[in-house]
Amino acid sequence: MKDFIFLFSTTLMYATPLMFTALGGLLSEKTGVINIGLEGMMTFGAFCASVVAIKTSNPWLGLLAGGIGGMTLSILHAVASIKYKANQVVSGMAINFLGGGLSIFLCRMIFDGTSMTPPIDLEKKIPSYFGQYATVYLALSMTFFIWIILTRTVLGLRMMSAGEHPKATDAAGLTVSFYRGLGVLSSGFLAGIGGASLSIAIVSNFRPTLISGQGFIAIAALIFGKWRPVQTTSACLFFGFSQALVIFIGGRENIIVSSQLLSILPYILTLIVLVGFMGKTTAPSALGE
Amino acid sequence: MKKFILSFFCVIGGLLVGSIVLKLSGISPTEAYQVMWNGAFTKPSYIAYIIIRSTPLILTGLSVAFAFRTGLFNIGSEGQFIMGALSAALCGYFFNFNPWIQIPLILMLSVFIASLYGGLAGLLKARFGVHEVISTIMLNWIALYLSNTIVMLEGFHKPNTETSQFISQSSSIAILENWKTSEAGIAWLASHPMLSDFMRPSINVAIVLALLATFFIWLILNRTSFGFKLKAVGQSLEAARYAGINVNKKMTYSMMIAGGLSGLAGATHVMGVSKNIAILAAHEGYGFDGIAVSLIGANSPFGVLISGFFLGTLKYSGQKIQSALEAPSEVISIMIGAIIFFIAIPSLFEPLYEKFFSVGRKRE
Repeated sequence: MKDFIFLFSTTLMYATPLMFTALGGLLSEKTGVINIGLEGMMTFGAFCASVVAIKTSNPWLGLLAGGIGGMTLSILHAVASIKYKANQVVSGMAINFLGGGLSIFLCRMIFDGTSMTPPIDLEKKIPSYFGQYATVYLALSMTFFIWIILTRTVLGLRMMSAGEHPKATDAAGLTVSFYRGLGVLSSGFLAGIGGASLSIAIVSNFRPTLISGQGFIAIAALIFGKWRPVQTTSACLFFGFSQALVIFIGGRENIIVSSQLLSILPYILTLIVLVGFMGKTTAPSALGE
Repeated sequence: MKKFILSFFCVIGGLLVGSIVLKLSGISPTEAYQVMWNGAFTKPSYIAYIIIRSTPLILTGLSVAFAFRTGLFNIGSEGQFIMGALSAALCGYFFNFNPWIQIPLILMLSVFIASLYGGLAGLLKARFGVHEVISTIMLNWIALYLSNTIVMLEGFHKPNTETSQFISQSSSIAILENWKTSEAGIAWLASHPMLSDFMRPSINVAIVLALLATFFIWLILNRTSFGFKLKAVGQSLEAARYAGINVNKKMTYSMMIAGGLSGLAGATHVMGVSKNIAILAAHEGYGFDGIAVSLIGANSPFGVLISGFFLGTLKYSGQKIQSALEAPSEVISIMIGAIIFFIAIPSLFEPLYEKFFSVGRKRE
């Protein structure tokens, strides 16, 4: 029972940043804009959250700042992709370089040349309830919130139509670029929150290797989840679970496998699952156009 | 040609963004660029360092560019680089033949293993429809942890360190390494200060291999029917399939070649510069920088060559503003990001191009 609780809570903890980010990516891609820049938005969000949480001693303001930080970067992506019809993959890659560079640059400017922010006190981190950080509950409820928005509201249906049939959407008298902009900005906001849920909840500071590839894993989860909110969250949970498994197995005394070898597990598992269960992908039809 | 001129505009734009960021942070941009310029071109050894720094970027850039031309996005250059480096470190430590056999043997083996690793992503896409962006991201981490595991294995691990054993002397591709420290070498170099300074860094033959690779990739893409078919797949998958091209095979081959190029970058890095491999906490970024190189070089082999040198110069000289001006060297990443951002929006600089370069064409 103890093992089970450990696995369960570790899974949730590791899945949370991915859930926020992947759901963000989902909102952007549902409206037809590829967002490969999630990594950069996450990094910048993690940094902004950490700075604001330290300066104000308020983790909730930090979380908000993380979202706003991510959203600021996503404005660039939105303007390029929607207004100037840019190559979305290239623009997203640019955001990744910008997000990483800007975070460490500002960190060095603010904190006397160090690339890490000072740690925040334990009681000033995002609080936890019933053994889980508040962000975990937030991420889970976000899944249902987005599911409801997309499938049960006019706004969501319009956003999706911008990603499926932009011309038809336009003919129906709706402004495609508005819905796409909304999608991209919310993806930036959520990716920023995702980064923040790492830097001010799971760990207590920002450092250059903090995100290291999680934005890309979120994209993988999004594709794995076939661009659907609940499946995407499940994919993130799957990934979180395999991470938890690594820690669980690694923590046992009678284990001889090295921790490095064990760390391969989540990635191998994901590949196997992708090969075995992928089937036909169902990307929004106007994605990237 | 138009693409190169547009890239050039984007680079100027990126450098401008860099100066604005510096200015806003209270650092004089002219001073920073001055430091960078002096730190890059005023001593022969700086040039040598830039060449060493640029070589892997050219190769990973070629790798990404080649895949791009076939319509594939090779984010996996990072992992293929690691596989090449790992193979070279293993072979270099455990084999000890005559250099004339040893070096080609290691190079071939490492390139082969990395190309299989790259080809795996192509195969997964062709056979199972797994998007190459996801599979290569996973393969990057698998390569990283695999390499870390092998570094720590008894017999290969250098005790009390985080690194592997050094490769044997016969595997080194550094130029005149022994001669430099021999008596005759020291005496000769003392009388040739310029060359002596140029030879101070461990200058190696990797750059020659990179130049050859650039030429061969150009040859494949532009002078062979194989390259033509690859480009056809890249431009229109359905049209290529309709024309009777085996699209699935072409994807796998393309990723194999891309993997081989990144593997060559990793292998030459170990054989010429680092001489061993270390535990990695995170990716070193050779593959990611390769994406930047490829994009700035407009995905063409010779464009990649130029942009590889450009990025290598930026990265090398960027370190110097940190010590000289206490300006964070990450401003370089911001510049690269801005350049790529401008490249994503061709319509931004097109009016400029029309104004200055297409006068003759309008008359036609």
